[in-house]
This record gives sequence, structure tokens and C-alpha cells, in this order.
Amino acid sequence: MYVAVKGGERAIENAHAWLAEDRRGDPSVAEVSVAQIREQMTLAVHRVMAEGSLYDPDLAALAIKQSRGDLIEAIFLIRAYRTTLPRFGASRPVETGAMDCDRRISATFKDLPGGQVLGPTFDYTHRLLDFRLAAEGGTPESAVSQQVAAAGQMPRVSDFLNREGLIEPAGEGEATPPDLTREPLAMPADRALRLQALARADEGFTLSLAYSTQRGYARNHAFVGELRIGRVAVEMDIPELGFAIGIGEITLTECETVNQFTGSRTEPPQFTRGYGLVFGQSERKAISMALVDRALRWEELGEDNEGAPAQDAEFVLYHADNIQATGFLEHIKLPHYVDFQSELELIRRLRAEAMQATRQEAAE
Amino acid sequence: MTGTVQQADYNFAYLDEQTKRMIRRALLKALAVPGYQVPFASREMPMPYGWGTGGVQVTASVLTPQDRLKVIDQGADDTTNAVSIRRFFEATAGVATTTRTAEATVIQTRHRIPETPLRDDQILVYQVPIPEPLRFLEPRESETRKMHALQEYGLMHVKLYEDIARHGHIATSYAYPVKVEGHYVMDPSPIPKFDNPKLSDCPAIQLFGAGREQRIYALPPHTKVVSLDFEDHPFEASRADHPCSLCGATDTYLDEVITDDAGGRMFICSDTDHCEARRARGHRGKDAA
Repeated sequence: MYVAVKGGERAIENAHAWLAEDRRGDPSVAEVSVAQIREQMTLAVHRVMAEGSLYDPDLAALAIKQSRGDLIEAIFLIRAYRTTLPRFGASRPVETGAMDCDRRISATFKDLPGGQVLGPTFDYTHRLLDFRLAAEGGTPESAVSQQVAAAGQMPRVSDFLNREGLIEPAGEGEATPPDLTREPLAMPADRALRLQALARADEGFTLSLAYSTQRGYARNHAFVGELRIGRVAVEMDIPELGFAIGIGEITLTECETVNQFTGSRTEPPQFTRGYGLVFGQSERKAISMALVDRALRWEELGEDNEGAPAQDAEFVLYHADNIQATGFLEHIKLPHYVDFQSELELIRRLRAEAMQATRQEAAE
Repeated sequence: MTGTVQQADYNFAYLDEQTKRMIRRALLKALAVPGYQVPFASREMPMPYGWGTGGVQVTASVLTPQDRLKVIDQGADDTTNAVSIRRFFEATAGVATTTRTAEATVIQTRHRIPETPLRDDQILVYQVPIPEPLRFLEPRESETRKMHALQEYGLMHVKLYEDIARHGHIATSYAYPVKVEGHYVMDPSPIPKFDNPKLSDCPAIQLFGAGREQRIYALPPHTKVVSLDFEDHPFEASRADHPCSLCGATDTYLDEVITDDAGGRMFICSDTDHCEARRARGHRGKDAA
């Protein structure tokens, strides 16, 4: 019995020791270093930072190593660590317009100021296993340096449309947005809060919701107006100094969708916006986020509620967090024999009564 | 993972003082409005949601260095998760722990209320998975909050009535809903309904923490708590109709333990401390060694 009286303590110790052994794997194979994970498993590191809501590639790499590559477990480690960090202030909003881009593409214009820059993308690779990697052969040749426009030389696609009045203006939010990690989530959630929740939402859940909108569950006709990946400066106001100083640089993926909109009772025909912003390089997540963001905006745009999952803010926000979801899902493996016992008693009693009734009927 | 948290690495009882203050404010509000679910900014804890993060945050916020802590899961001190939570507080708060109900000042529990009656110098902290008693009738939080505010509990009574119409009984055997001081309908957490009568007029403070759902609620001492029922179908606290095989008790909640694969079974007290104490006093059941 795994709950044998006085056995729990030793069982836990043994389980931890076995886990540590399994994590290391075959000791004759070299141990993977945190730096190797950080440099060579970059996209996993980025996902852990994004959904862990903590930008620290070294800690994310450590979490991946410790969790044996289970990314949700790694995200959980980061979230739990994040709880213990003191909060000493807030940065200024980052200026993604001034991003130092590695990648910038638009699906809506063939060419545009700043150009289309593919950057390090899987998009046009053929998905063929590269057995040269199995041979672990050296360092790839460095890419021929592409002329990438300098930071600040890449105007936003949405601004071109805005100039003509073809796209809704980007609404101004509250000066200080709510903080999901410091205040309990409350409904109705405004857009800033929804975006915050989506930014740390599970990639798979967000992807599937976004996909469902494409297949007709609250379809919103999205074009990727612009997708950009690169580094932005993080600046913070220092009260003693009276001005902002740069405290570092982070990599972000930003997606702005341009959505067809034929007008509603309250809004004229115009293009509308969906927005996605994620730590690190994660286009799948950023595009998904933009589609779900747009679907959740049905009410302010006067669209019909089709009853689609992606339109339902309570459904989306209460189920998007993989740490909450995995915790509650997996907790059903904990002992429940007290509740189960009471169910047993009930079922036995109901059955006994039902059987007796059947026997009585047969006798009559 | 395997890493043990050391007291020096973290603040007393893990949470920082600002967070504890936020939780204590929620607790005070909850005590002032018995049975009302107070939203609080639940933190991510180093154990998963569903493992008692709400209870752990509440315990961390009420614990003082002088306290003596008892942790039970399913009534037992030695279930794996009870061991894990007790160790967590031993490491982060350095408080004394005990398995004896009578010696504890703070008791964190999952799914049971101890058999030994509680005193006015004790705090019972419940781990709560789904704090909303109306959740399975109405999935929307925005709706259920309105229903509580308006005391619109007809849906719950209809559900209980339908149970009786279909089964002859109210088919809820644990997490059985209660009404607190004639106002809020409250989920007592998944305790067996056998434990429900202990909720009412209890001298100890009862605190309920739901981490994932970000809710805290409470029963101040001697609060009147009534299990929902009908005049012609009064509430009935039920248990397995056996004496405990170890201590012979006939008034305790029992676990059924399968002893072989041919239908053999024994019934033993779910509250291990109560059972041990009775045996120490010389009580014997039929299978006692």
C-alpha cells in the first residue's frame, strides 16, 4: 500500500533518489550542461521563459535540465521561483517599433519600408532528418550577413493602414495595466488583462483555440499584417535620477494581425486588430495569441456571440494556464479514498434498494 | 525536484511578508463574512495546484514560530502528501510538528475533520479544490457570484430534489453543501458528509484555502452551519456500518482496506491519530494485533 502507515516518508525519499538517477541517465554519456541547453535548445528555453513569465535564459535552461525536458514541469519550476522574487518596480513599456529585428515579415504587402527579412526560420526548410547532426559534425558556416535595416527603420504595417483610416485605431488602455500575478483574475477582464493571461498561456491550448477560429468557430479572417522578432531595450525610471536607464535587452516576438471586418451595428467597415506579444522567439504562440485576442473582442466590436469557445473569455482565461491545468488534472492521482469510500457506501445503498425493488416486482 | 528548501533561503514559512499580509486581509474579510468566498491573489507555490496550495498559503500566513503544526490527508498523518507538506513547513518555518490532534495549534487537512473535538485555541485549515458549491450547476464564475449575492439557491435545491426523485436519496456523499448562518451556501471541501455536523458550532477557527481558484473563505468559532436538506428527507451523516477492526470504534469514519483478491476487507479508522490514541487506552478491535 503506497500510503502504508509510517511508510510515506521513506517512499518519498526513495522516489526522489530514483528520479535523480533517471534524470542523469546513463552515466557513461556526458552530462548536458545548462549552457548547452541555453545555447542549443533555445526555443525550449524561450517557451519556458514565456509561459513561466520570467525572462532569464540561464534559469530556464536549468529548469529544463532539472525537469528532464518536461517543459511544463520546467515552467512550473520557474513560476514557483518567481513567487519568491521581490518586486522592486516596473519598467517602462517596451517600444517594439524600435526593435532590433532578426526577422520581420508581412503577409499583407509584398514589399514595404524596412523590407521583408526572413531571419532564422524553419519556414522553408524541408523537414528531412539531417543525419549530419547525428554525426555531430562541427559548427555550421556563418550565414551571409543580410542587410537588415537598423533598429527604428522598420515602421509598422498597421501604421500604413492607420494613415488611411482603414484600420481601427489602437485603443489606449489604462495607464497602469492590471497585474494578473498580483491580483486575482476577475471577470469581465479588459483587453490588457486578457492579453496578459494569453502571453503566459499554454502554447498548445492557445494554438488549438486559434485554429478553431480558422475553422469557423468565430472565424475572424486574420492576415498576418506583421510578424517581428528581435531585441528591445528595457528601460526603467529611477526616481532618484529623474530619468530612465536601460537595464537590459530582451528578445520578443510580436504579431499584429489585420482582420477583415465588414462592420456591425456599432462600428463602420474597417480592418480590425489582433495582437500577440511573447517572450523569446515563438511565432506559433504569438500568431495564435493574436487570433484569440481578436476573437475575444467580439463584444466591443458589436459582433455576434456565436457561442464559440474562443469568444468566451471565462472559458479561455480560466483554462489557458498550463500550471493550473496540469496541477488540477494530476491531483486526481493523490489519495481520494475518503471521498471514494463515501461514494462506495452510497452506491451500495442505492444498489441494494434497486435490487430489492426488482425482486419485489418479480414476486408480484 | 529533490531539492529541500532550507529555512535560511526563504522568509519564515516561505511567503514574503507582503504576500502574507495580503492573505491575512483576505482571511479577516472571510471571517467577517462567514461562508463568503473572498478572492485573493494566490501565489505559485513550490507544489502543484491541486496538492493543497491554498491550504499551504493560509497555513503559512497564520503560522507563528510558537505554533505546533499537524498535517493530515484523508485523516492520516502519514499519507505521502501530508508528509510532504509537513516537511515543507518544518524546513521553511522550523515549527514543531505533531501527529496528535490535541497537541496541535494549527491543523492543515485534506478531506477530513479530525474525530477528536477541536478547541478554541486551534485553527483548522482546509485544502479546497473547487470552492464554488454551485460550480457543477453553473460553470460561470460571473453567474455564481451573482447567485450568491442574491441568495439565489433554487438551482441547488432543485438538484437535491431531483436526486431524491430519481434515487430516493440525495446522491451527494462528500463535499455536501451547507448553509452558513442562514446566508451563504458553502462547499465544505470534499470531506465526507459524515464530517458535516462537526463544522457547526465548532470552537476552533476554520479557514478554507483554494489556491488555483484564488478563493479564501472561513467559519469563525461557533458559526451555525446547516447541511442542506428537506423536512421529509433530513440530512443524515453516514459511515460504513462496521466497527473499526483495530480499535473497535463504532462512531468514527472508516477506510475500507482490501486485504486479498477474494473479497476480503477490513474497516479501519480514517483518523489514524484517533485510532492510535484509542488503542493506547486499551480499546481493541477484532483484527488488532
